[in-house]
Amino acid sequence: MSNRIIINTVINGEPTEFLADERDSLLEALRERIGLTGVKEGCNNGNCGACAVIMDGRLVNSCCVMAAEVEGADITTVEGLAKGGELTPLQQTFLEDAALQCGICTPGFLVAATALLDVNPHPTEHEIRYWLAGNLCRCTGYDKIIRAVQHAAERSA
Amino acid sequence: MVATEPYKIVGTRPVRPDGVDKVTGRANYGSDIKLPGMLYARVKRSPHAHAIIKNIDVSKALALPGVKAVVTRADFREAGPGLIDIGEGPPVNLRFMLDNVCAGDKVVYKGHAVASVAATDLHTAEDAMNLIEVEYEVLPPVMNVRDAMLESAPLIHGNELTGGLTAADMGKRPSNIANRVEFEMGDIEAGFAQADVVVEREFETAMYHQGYIEPHNATVIWNQDDDITIWTSTQGSFSVRTASAMILGVPVSSVKVVPMEIGGGFGGKIPVYLEPHAALLSKKTGGAPVKMWMTRDEVLEATGPTSGTFARVKIGARRDGTLVSARVHLAFEAGGFPGSPVGAGAMCALGPYTIPNAFVEGFDVVVNRPKVAAYRAPGAPAAEYAVESVIDEIAEQLGMDPMDFRLKNAAVEGTRRPDGATMGVIGNVQVMEAIKDSPHYKSELEGENRGRGVAMGFWFNAGMESAAYATVVSDGTVALVTGATDIGGTRATHAMQLAETLGIPYEDVKPHVVDTDSIGWTGVTGGSRTTFAGGWAVYEAAMDIRVQMEERAAKIWEVDREHVRYENGAVHGPEGKTFTFKELAAQLPHTGGTIAGHADVNPTTVGAAFAGHICDVEVDPDTGKVTILRYTAVQDVGTAVHPSYVEGQIQGGASQGIGMALSEEYFYDDNGVMRNSSLLDYRMPTALDLPMIDTILVEVPNPGHPYGVRGVGEVPIVPPLAAVANAIYHATGVRVHKLPANPRNLLEELLPPEA
Repeated sequence: MSNRIIINTVINGEPTEFLADERDSLLEALRERIGLTGVKEGCNNGNCGACAVIMDGRLVNSCCVMAAEVEGADITTVEGLAKGGELTPLQQTFLEDAALQCGICTPGFLVAATALLDVNPHPTEHEIRYWLAGNLCRCTGYDKIIRAVQHAAERSA
Repeated sequence: MVATEPYKIVGTRPVRPDGVDKVTGRANYGSDIKLPGMLYARVKRSPHAHAIIKNIDVSKALALPGVKAVVTRADFREAGPGLIDIGEGPPVNLRFMLDNVCAGDKVVYKGHAVASVAATDLHTAEDAMNLIEVEYEVLPPVMNVRDAMLESAPLIHGNELTGGLTAADMGKRPSNIANRVEFEMGDIEAGFAQADVVVEREFETAMYHQGYIEPHNATVIWNQDDDITIWTSTQGSFSVRTASAMILGVPVSSVKVVPMEIGGGFGGKIPVYLEPHAALLSKKTGGAPVKMWMTRDEVLEATGPTSGTFARVKIGARRDGTLVSARVHLAFEAGGFPGSPVGAGAMCALGPYTIPNAFVEGFDVVVNRPKVAAYRAPGAPAAEYAVESVIDEIAEQLGMDPMDFRLKNAAVEGTRRPDGATMGVIGNVQVMEAIKDSPHYKSELEGENRGRGVAMGFWFNAGMESAAYATVVSDGTVALVTGATDIGGTRATHAMQLAETLGIPYEDVKPHVVDTDSIGWTGVTGGSRTTFAGGWAVYEAAMDIRVQMEERAAKIWEVDREHVRYENGAVHGPEGKTFTFKELAAQLPHTGGTIAGHADVNPTTVGAAFAGHICDVEVDPDTGKVTILRYTAVQDVGTAVHPSYVEGQIQGGASQGIGMALSEEYFYDDNGVMRNSSLLDYRMPTALDLPMIDTILVEVPNPGHPYGVRGVGEVPIVPPLAAVANAIYHATGVRVHKLPANPRNLLEELLPPEA
């Protein structure tokens, strides 16, 4: 058994204190210690984007961040996107445009696309494809995901 | 569009019932489960592709604090002979299945499971896994299908496999050939004698993985009363129940499988890998829940893939463009144990065409690679890539438009395939005509190093068992229960067919996917069967409800049953008496009780699927990189129940096929070690690699389904390989005989040999 550490963060707007193994990645801590299982594991080495979260305003793969590194950080996961019972425009267009099939990559795409629209509210198709190239989807061929992001951008115009 | 019925709900695009849970992170996939006292487990795997296990020492692992149990092959009962039909693909020999789940005397691929260990947390389990010591005697590996068929090849299964090189040879001598299929129609030599043009070519495709983003997972409790509960992400909960019970040697009734949400499968989430390990680990700990899931390299090295293949295709045509004869030879890698999809590949190879004389043979060959699993239209992409490449070359030699050539020889209703099956009502010609009429095909492609390719695809689709149970709730809604795990929107397509049949709003149907104790036997979500066969079950359950509601209304009105009829979501009786569905639903509790409809079906009236794709590429002559400029996928979809999800199936299938054509491959070194077992190096298409995939839905309803449904999921992966390869030819003048056409492989073809 290795050492345990106490970590203080703000997760989805809530001050959160949790106990982690010093070997835990942020992904492991979010899923197995805190219970935020909307954050998905697809590859555990930064290639698929299913575990994407926003950490202090930056899009990161939580499998490539150690839990110990997030002391004092502000983290947003897919569970924190919808505010006050209202889906975000992106969540809404993902549903309307059928931008998910199995849904395992969806949390990562939603978090990544949210981060994109935060910095670039009206991206071109190429900019969307470039930004989302770190998120793998095997079901959709990306077509409907790209359109859902375009439609969400139009809606927040 | 050939839609014949004015449907109210079928053909619309509502939001899926499970949608909100899946965009908020609330949906529970297999590895999201957490139970009190849960242990974490890992599998110890072979570092060698081919070796004899001399000894396994687990003492150091067991001594590590926090470790609760270790399982090796000694903990499994020895399996007798027997076949298990788990769904898509050929039935599996029970002992081979057990050997794949946990190696016996030998490991037959790198990543082969040899033991497992459960501990109080994941890191401890991983430490313990590394403390398990296995002593091997390493043997030379046999890594590809053609080497494995040589008489000099090391025998992976000793004297057990005797598939033979010819029908006469079968059973005569041991080899790595596990099985051989052969289909013959007419007289091919007489056919070739009539041909003015004959083209014969050889093709190879790499081994490819299904590439689902969610790794395999299982959580199991083996209770002290010997009840076993399995939570897992699977395409077929009943298949998992059967396979787990047979491997563990317990009655099927003692196993309950709870299907969790599933993060992709494409055929690869039908076999069991982890469930028996987790079950035995739980048993050894006295019933603690044991959860395990694979790392990505385990997924790539020890699950899935589809066969690497070799094909030789010879086709002859008359000068007027009539196909007269075809000979197709297919050799497929099965992986470490028999069971490649070569039979299905052989059935599909010539599917789009009427050819009077044909001979198709297929070989199922073991190699030191992971045991293959079904992958979307298993066997068809490789087989039809070879045929469609030769068809393209013949059209060019004849000076015919490639679609005119295909149309002249198109399979139609009544066409007999070499495997003996006769085509029913199919949309092959309509798809070919829709390609010719499409804006894409009619457009001009300009620019250097650019080319356009077309290719067709055929897949027979499946039926199999499905069940539905639908309860009318007093508020006028219906709770719909099925056993079909929802891998891409089938809750929606089932709810839509129920609502259509009952004439009630889609929103009033609440679909649920339940465990194996709570619904009748339901086959895998695979084989393009779930909207078709599950839809049949849902339709029958709805018709059952309609009859019972007519009977109830007759009783309430005190009129003869024959004067009551169900129509448009209401029950009508004599003298203008009417109950809307909601009104009668509210009456049920105090007029005799709840009404539920149920159905267990096994429909065989499957409608075959045809697709045709158009692909424009640009090839960089310096780097060999291929860019897809434009892509259009045309498909006969029967009736598009939910057109958005039909388009999604087509776009996803096309993308996987493009991955096969351009970038994906298992890359092994000489020792049989996979050198690209990550999602960085196993290169699936990203959003940046693809354009929008335009779709054209042709609707030729399947007369064997109440709503004309034919499966749509699989066939779109078939045409892309040849469509891309043919486009590369028309861009560069070089025929691609080896996929993927990644820069490395393509440059070898494009560049002149070094002087």
